[in-house]
Amino acid sequence: MTSATPGSSHVKEQMVGWAFKLCGLLSLFVTVGIAVVLFAEAAHFFGEVSVVEFLFGTEWTPLFTEKHFGILPLVLGTLLVSAIAMIVAIPLGILIAVYLSEYASARVRRSLKPILEILASIPTIVFGYFALLSVTPFLQKIIPGLSGFNALSPGIVMGIMILPFVVSLTDDAMTAVPHSLRMAAYGLGSTRLQVAFRVVLPSASSGVIAACVLAVSRAVGETMLVAIAAGMRPTFTLNPLVPVQTITAYIVQVSLGDTPAGTLEYRSIFAVASVLFVLTFILNMLAQKLRASFKFTYA
Amino acid sequence: MARTVHRKSAESVFFLSALLALSVALLMLAVLVVEVFVDGFSQLDWQFLTHFPSRNPEDAGILSAWVGSVYLITLTVAFAVPLGVAAAIYFEEYARKNWFNTLMEMNIGTLAGVPSIIYGLLGLGLFVRTLNMGRSLLAGALTMALLVLPIIIITAREAIRAIPSSVQDAAFALGATRSQVIRTIILPLSFPGILTGIILALSRAIGETAPLIAIGALTYIAFLPDGLSSPFTALPIQIFNWVSRPQAGFHSNAAAAIIVLLTITLLLNAFAILLRNYFYRRIHAHLS
Repeated sequence: MTSATPGSSHVKEQMVGWAFKLCGLLSLFVTVGIAVVLFAEAAHFFGEVSVVEFLFGTEWTPLFTEKHFGILPLVLGTLLVSAIAMIVAIPLGILIAVYLSEYASARVRRSLKPILEILASIPTIVFGYFALLSVTPFLQKIIPGLSGFNALSPGIVMGIMILPFVVSLTDDAMTAVPHSLRMAAYGLGSTRLQVAFRVVLPSASSGVIAACVLAVSRAVGETMLVAIAAGMRPTFTLNPLVPVQTITAYIVQVSLGDTPAGTLEYRSIFAVASVLFVLTFILNMLAQKLRASFKFTYA
Repeated sequence: MARTVHRKSAESVFFLSALLALSVALLMLAVLVVEVFVDGFSQLDWQFLTHFPSRNPEDAGILSAWVGSVYLITLTVAFAVPLGVAAAIYFEEYARKNWFNTLMEMNIGTLAGVPSIIYGLLGLGLFVRTLNMGRSLLAGALTMALLVLPIIIITAREAIRAIPSSVQDAAFALGATRSQVIRTIILPLSFPGILTGIILALSRAIGETAPLIAIGALTYIAFLPDGLSSPFTALPIQIFNWVSRPQAGFHSNAAAAIIVLLTITLLLNAFAILLRNYFYRRIHAHLS
């Protein structure tokens, strides 16, 4: 050791290490912070509204004089729009991903991937404009009974919005399948299509399912698109042609009004957000587990 | 023979449906862009960029909105980048493999999937109310910083991981301390990759609307922010406000503002893609 003060440089190294660790820990604080903020306000809310009424009630009228706090209309609205989005995004996404990973030449891949990334980078507010002012009027020409606000139009647009996400995650999972499996299947006389759908896709299944789970989680948490195009009327229905309200759209509705802190109305957005947070957290954890098991298989 | 024909037709059925799926996506993208341009292009002029919002759609502009957005994303990046890059360095260079660090890594993946409106409520409860910042530029930027933090951490980690370990080992062998290796090897070599993450974070932050609405950013502002505690509006909030109105004139204003927002987002993303390609070429050239 030629350094004049080895002790002080050692202390400095330790302090630098601690500073980095603190920044690493920050992400944990964010999660804890979210949980504390949401659950603390939600706890106040459940001091006034019974949990049973909240979870199983079918009427959501917090802004009326006769208030009902049954979250099921919001949950149903959220699930309805998400289901429509999945019907669009999952089949299209898997088809495009299979094409990209098993058929497309390197040149086609190189030009298509950036286009999909651009589609993925469009802000959701833009899709909201598109759903409300382009897609809904177009659909109204085909479906006469379609209301100006509905679940169908934002559902379809959300499917297109999430599509690049599904494609890119599915494509990642499929390209991670070892080449030897494909070669073995070709050696047995399989066609390209058989290799793609009977060998590669099943081998990548946990990765593909993880992609779909993450897509559902995205759809459930999507806000501006539904706040603009789905309407603001909490309806206990599975009819895609009438206005509905999602959990996220309700939070937007209350946030736009000037609601004083401490009121039941203010606390209700934290209660519904807790449900949303728990739901997406479980979905994300599930997806991560699936991806981890997929990586373990082919590592 | 019949079987071969059957197989051939199955192949072409798949090929056609994949092509159809791709065209649906690309067609929607094309229709979106065309509709926005048709509706908004005539509104887009110098006056639109230099006027405050107004009750009259023809006089309304996006001055307070775009200036607010520029302030907001600049502050967001200033908060999020040092913290995110430092966290990435911790996970790649310091953290040992144990249950706690595995949990923290899973946590970052999960945070990246938390809906943006939830970050908005965190910002409302923590910054706006508890820390008493009000509906200020500072509260908005801090909220947005937490939102983009996972993006920065994840891309910075990938960039650091792409550095060949031989380079670091050589520095350690010459007697460099860990902080010297970080300063002289890790940061300079991973810089283009980290920059890609920063640009992606910028592009995300400039288009995010929901968290700003949750913290109560105002939708009608006819002045420019004059400090961190000043109220503010942003481009996507102005768009939301105009889309929500019934008059067609405001819809054209929304379309014109969307053209501005899309142009910025697309430029940022194109730059990020180019930068990433350059970065990987450079690392590969370095390895061979």
